[in-house]
Amino acid sequence: MIYRFLLGCAVLASVPAHAATPVKVGVLQSLTGTMAISEVTVKNAELMAIDEINAKGGVMGRPILAIVEDGGSDPATFAQKAGKLIQSNGVATVFGGWTSASRKAMLPVFQRAKGLLWYPVQFEGNECSPNIMYTGAQPNQQILPALRWATAEGYKNYFLIGSDYVFPRTANLILKKRIGQAKLGVAGEEYVPLGGTDFSAVIAKVRAAKPDIIFSTLNGDSNVAFFKQMAAAGMTSAKLPVMSFSIAEQEAQAMGPALVNGSYAVWNYFQSLPTAENKAFVAAYKKKYGARAAITDPMVHGYANVYLWKAAVEKAGSFEPEKVRKAAVSMAAIPSPMGPIKMAPNQSLVQRAYVGKLQPDGQFKVVSQLAGMIAPLPYDALAFPGKSCKPI
Amino acid sequence: MELLLGQVFNGFSVASLYLLAALGLALSFGLMRVINMAHGEMLMIGGYLAYLTLQVVPGPWRLVAALPVAFVGAALFGALIHVVLIRRLSARPLDTLLATWGLSLILQQGARSLFGAIGVEVTAPAWLDGGISVLGIELPAVRLFIIGVAIAVLAGLALLLSRTRIGLLVRAVNQDRMMAAATGIDAGRVDLVVFALGTGIAGLAGVMLALLGPVTPTVGQSYIVPAFLVVVMGGLGSIRGTVAAAVILGLVGSLAQISVDASVAQVLMLVFVILFIQIRPEGVVANKSRALDV
Repeated sequence: MIYRFLLGCAVLASVPAHAATPVKVGVLQSLTGTMAISEVTVKNAELMAIDEINAKGGVMGRPILAIVEDGGSDPATFAQKAGKLIQSNGVATVFGGWTSASRKAMLPVFQRAKGLLWYPVQFEGNECSPNIMYTGAQPNQQILPALRWATAEGYKNYFLIGSDYVFPRTANLILKKRIGQAKLGVAGEEYVPLGGTDFSAVIAKVRAAKPDIIFSTLNGDSNVAFFKQMAAAGMTSAKLPVMSFSIAEQEAQAMGPALVNGSYAVWNYFQSLPTAENKAFVAAYKKKYGARAAITDPMVHGYANVYLWKAAVEKAGSFEPEKVRKAAVSMAAIPSPMGPIKMAPNQSLVQRAYVGKLQPDGQFKVVSQLAGMIAPLPYDALAFPGKSCKPI
Repeated sequence: MELLLGQVFNGFSVASLYLLAALGLALSFGLMRVINMAHGEMLMIGGYLAYLTLQVVPGPWRLVAALPVAFVGAALFGALIHVVLIRRLSARPLDTLLATWGLSLILQQGARSLFGAIGVEVTAPAWLDGGISVLGIELPAVRLFIIGVAIAVLAGLALLLSRTRIGLLVRAVNQDRMMAAATGIDAGRVDLVVFALGTGIAGLAGVMLALLGPVTPTVGQSYIVPAFLVVVMGGLGSIRGTVAAAVILGLVGSLAQISVDASVAQVLMLVFVILFIQIRPEGVVANKSRALDV
């Protein structure tokens, strides 16, 4: 370890701030383990952005050198690799993370080292670190828009189902408060262990409770089991709609679109968005990684993060994390496949939310585009009263 | 009331899965005192074999074709494990535990490399869609089918052990290995057959799991812990005890879920088994001679 540290110092000392010297950045996602299926594609999107920027002359005239590390679907490994990237490799910033557990494990590492992490996935909020840029949806940019849409559609009785970990628990806490405030009903709230596949009891309770719609924060393999057993019990999406918060194009493709056809999702990005930027992005990604590749919201956030960092570095005129994050929250909107995006002072993204309905081809059809740009709120006013994000 | 009746049915449905997963463990432990930590991966192999069968065989009855394929495939794999691993370590039970655990990791990673980390899909055939309505509760056809398969396997196993020559040999070796060997029975071959039979049944269990959820490299892991609980609670190595314990645990888990959610129900199930073992360490069916009773 000491040897590694000394080596890191030696590398830093021997590199002069020469114009053509590459600037190193870390790309830290799970390339193995259960999360690899989702995170490898985010890594691909991040590397694609880096390649594109390098092809156009790099950042402030310096090419970007990506150092890719494997988080191994394990929070402790994420923390260790983040430390390695900052200390041994001396990276300017890190793009990565997916699960809330991985983010929470990396947080103290970035705080101690005064580094900067660009986190691309929607999450439960209730956290605000100056050393993390949270570009995925905050609860008020995914979960609450879903509720607002469902309320407007006339759904009155909600059944909440989730995997048993921090994101579903926090999301449902916020949902329950908001549903109560709107004088609507919570028909039930159920959790199954992460990866659990037996939904017999949950489905019996859904049947007994007779909800209008199900809000699902199930994650991973549980989703397939849930939809399969719902179908076997005669409860199809047409009879009882399901709004899922962890199913994007890639998950739908892997599960078999027939199984989840007709269910709903809310994201800040769908592959089917008809903008020119998105069409160019989708074409470029498919050219690089194959025509069958599905493109999802977290991938686009990972891709956009690299461009946000580039713009912030150029505005700050420095790679110093402290200066970069201050520049990031005060710079103008930049274009992206999901439309123009801008960082808010609380280091999250001002962005749109779309409601999509899954089609037989595995793509989402946008059924509602919600009320323009939404400013990010890490702390829900009802669920976490009095807490607010103070950017330092 | 509806929910209660529904959960009793679900309890039997879950119990039939536990039973199919646990029978193989109970058999190999009863006869050889071998705890096969890679047993969950036999379920996984059964699931993937069902998936592969459905890729090749056309028509609505291809699931029926998948059953023997998964049984024979998993049984052959079990036989292979027995020949290259278990038999060589038979005098060292603790080493078997470690070796089979290592094997379980290798098989999981192997499946990940072959089929990918994300699950593959086994679609239930059209004749398993829908269900029947009894006393106001909906019984999904898939779950009735699984209960039926469990009963058929149990009946087949009982017949095999009580009525056939191989069953006679198994019982003989189980009662007194030395004496059986002295009368000319090849105990090693009996071990091999029983082990393969147990893994074959696990392969069938894998097909059943595939009807309910995705087949993933870790699909066996979520059922292996309940299967061990069933074997421990049933009285190690007793078939009758295994059946009773599977039904009890299935019902405890399902009925607990009337008032608590699945995560808490799992904890309650563990607490129940711990208390049960405290009060009755010998299990549901006390079996002094550890004979494979039928």
